[in-house]
Amino acid sequence: MRELQSQEIEDIAVGAAILGSGGGGDPFIGKLMAVQAIAAHGPVRLVTPDELPADGLAVPVAMMGAPTVVVEKIPNGQEIGRAFAALSSFLGQEVVGIVPIEAGGLNSMLPLALASTLGIPAIDLDGMGRAFPELQMVTFHLGGISATPMVIVDEKGNQCLLETIDNLWTERLARALTVQMGGSAMIALYPMTVWQAAQHGIQGTITLAERLGRALREARQTNRSPIDRLLEVGHGYRLFTGKVTDVLRRTAGGFVRGDVRIEGLDSCRDYILTIAFQNENLVATIDGEVIASVPDLIVVLDAETGLPITTEALHYGLRVAVAGFPCAEQWRTPAGLEVCGPRYFGYDVDYKPIETVRLPWA
Amino acid sequence: MGMTTLKGKAMNLRLGIDVGGTNTDAVVLDEKANLLARFKSPTTPDVTSGIRNALAGLVERHPELNLGAIRYAMLGTTHCTNAILERRKLNRVGILRIGAPATLAIPPLVGWPPDLRDAIGGHYVIVEGGHEYDGREIRPLDTKAIREAAKTFRGKVDSVAVVGVFSPVDFSHEERAADILRDVLGDIPITLSHEIGSIGLLERENASILNAAVIDAARTAATGFAQALSEHGIRAEMFFSQNDGTLMALEYAIRYPILTVASGPANSIRGAAFLSGLRDAIVVDVGGTSTDVGILVNGFPRESSIAVEIGGVRTNFRMPDLISIALGGGTRIHRSLDGLRIGPDSVGYRITEEAYVFGGQTLTLSDIAVAAGLASIGDPRRVEDLDRGLVREVIDKVRRLVEDTIDRIKTSAEPMPVVLVGGGSVIVPPGLAGAAEIYRPENYDVANAIGAAIAQCSGEIERIFSLDELTREQALEMAREMARQEAIRAGAHPETVEIVDVIEVPLAYLPGNATRIRVRAAGDLALITSHS
Repeated sequence: MRELQSQEIEDIAVGAAILGSGGGGDPFIGKLMAVQAIAAHGPVRLVTPDELPADGLAVPVAMMGAPTVVVEKIPNGQEIGRAFAALSSFLGQEVVGIVPIEAGGLNSMLPLALASTLGIPAIDLDGMGRAFPELQMVTFHLGGISATPMVIVDEKGNQCLLETIDNLWTERLARALTVQMGGSAMIALYPMTVWQAAQHGIQGTITLAERLGRALREARQTNRSPIDRLLEVGHGYRLFTGKVTDVLRRTAGGFVRGDVRIEGLDSCRDYILTIAFQNENLVATIDGEVIASVPDLIVVLDAETGLPITTEALHYGLRVAVAGFPCAEQWRTPAGLEVCGPRYFGYDVDYKPIETVRLPWA
Repeated sequence: MGMTTLKGKAMNLRLGIDVGGTNTDAVVLDEKANLLARFKSPTTPDVTSGIRNALAGLVERHPELNLGAIRYAMLGTTHCTNAILERRKLNRVGILRIGAPATLAIPPLVGWPPDLRDAIGGHYVIVEGGHEYDGREIRPLDTKAIREAAKTFRGKVDSVAVVGVFSPVDFSHEERAADILRDVLGDIPITLSHEIGSIGLLERENASILNAAVIDAARTAATGFAQALSEHGIRAEMFFSQNDGTLMALEYAIRYPILTVASGPANSIRGAAFLSGLRDAIVVDVGGTSTDVGILVNGFPRESSIAVEIGGVRTNFRMPDLISIALGGGTRIHRSLDGLRIGPDSVGYRITEEAYVFGGQTLTLSDIAVAAGLASIGDPRRVEDLDRGLVREVIDKVRRLVEDTIDRIKTSAEPMPVVLVGGGSVIVPPGLAGAAEIYRPENYDVANAIGAAIAQCSGEIERIFSLDELTREQALEMAREMARQEAIRAGAHPETVEIVDVIEVPLAYLPGNATRIRVRAAGDLALITSHS
């Protein structure tokens, strides 16, 4: 068991933005909520699954909807606690551990705020190891765990309990409720045992986010290259260095799709990298050849500070380094790729693990 | 007026004054924008007396000026910036947030520096109301709670900031709240957040609170300027520069004083555009202490896209995209066993006493520029004996520093034209890498004041549009029209208003029925005669 204070929260927030792979929303609001909670209720207890009873109830919590809505309609602060209490009373069981569902972006922070508020430990794992847009894109789904019974609540006091026939229906119905609730909602779902969480979750991802964030902070303080440190800590690869020269966005199928074009600098001079994104960065190509794709993480970093840049913030003229990090092994199985490989997002390319790709400029 | 009519020709002169860190510059232009008069005077700690001195100096040096023909007077000032940075003369602000039961997780003023929070009093109330992204109400507006809040503000606050959730989508709750506040508190300045910032509640709230806090500072600036003008019998319409390089009519500026923050660099960029005739260029503005490098896109300064901090507070408030480095005419050269170091300290306005060429004992970049033959100021004989190797080394370092900064702000690897302005720009050596051409236009050293004098009036809106009932084209047209109206409110002549910028970003993770549109429009001052 480790106690997380506000400095650790700051580091995790930065690391979570990196793991967001361009999406997941800015963790800023969640970070303020977690820091406020810690000031009021004390530190977050972060545990590994073996510290909890194997048959105890573990529940993931998250925000569903548009991060842009959350930065404007800030939560009430009680929503997740209510969703949690409702689910726990429906199941007639105490919750022993809170599971972050998504290590990347805003959703990394909300479980930690809740853990501090309720005094229930947070378990050091998650269901994505990054950020993804849909509810079934979690390793718990691959493990055959049902997303329901699920509780979805808003800040106005509305509360719904969903029981669905499969996890795709959960996504569909919960998305419709989210829109009605005002574009963002709080959810508690995939109730499971601690043993199942350990079995199917991606372990150590909160600590990984913290180490990434700390690496950036310390690199800045010691004048080391922040990007090299991130690659070291996250076992990543430098995919490209260049300048953003074009960003194209369009709305298709209800979500924002886009392409960013990056012209090479230094050793990447004479090459052009294109990243296709839909909320997150999904497929990176050089001269039509795929050099990285979802579910591996493609992260655009500010070339100087190493801070991650979200797809919403991409604009002409940014000087960037593009990093690739390997995804969790669970995603590399046929079942995993079916849920969140490039074809699920509509790109007709084969997934190749990032460590097997030869970079044309290297 | 009589005289100009007799000549059968309107003599609409424009006075521009810009307050910089080192100097306060004043210029007068005729209606064809020819420079008739100019004067530089040191900036003073209280700012107002520096403005007064600059104007008095200008009038004294140019007795031929027909002061009665000055029709427009433009001021780019640091009154409001200084008030925030120094936490002085700030209004006590009552904060009314409309959004409960949402938003309670993070109350107003979280993360503010304690001294700034104390200076504005820290009074806030959160009431029920506000909107969803698609324009539905979160809850009906709690008018009773607003009335109660107003009573608790009475006597404790000088101005009020009203911040409603999703007011950029629907501002009716903010406006109704303002009516109630006026009903209870009388004639009190009220800042409505939808008029200040865009989506992002905390950042917009912060910008609105800062705006409400500097209302009196803006009034002081306005009164001081009006007095200075009337002392010389100038009866001109007054305008304030804002930080996108355009103007606000006086009454508009007093409502939105926060927009004057960073107007100086914006004025320089616009002045550089005007003097060079370029619409797309990099502008290097070298002062006595620092250099601001900005970029001109389609005639206007490019905006920064990141959250900006003002006085330690995070805001989402529009600011020009600038890179500032510690390099100016007064920057000191340090020689030691470790080698050569440039700055970061500067002798600033004391340059005319401390630099070698002015008989002083401090080696500055201006001395090096004179020794290298780049500038002819002061007494060149006093730097004759400087080591040539040293001079070359400093010049090389300055060149690399400027080239590097230019490269960082550029939008592509293509060389771009570079315009050098500001009194200190003589220190920049010729032949910069990455520059297609280098312009050092005539009157480069008063580009900021010229930028203030020639500026247009502009209006900007940013809103989220729900595309359930509107088509995308209808939403864009509505946004364009709102921006046009806003520019007219700020003082632009309706017939001259043009749309200068449109940005549209659909909201991520939401099925595609909402899009964020930002439009800026700008136009010439009302009633100006055409240039042809």
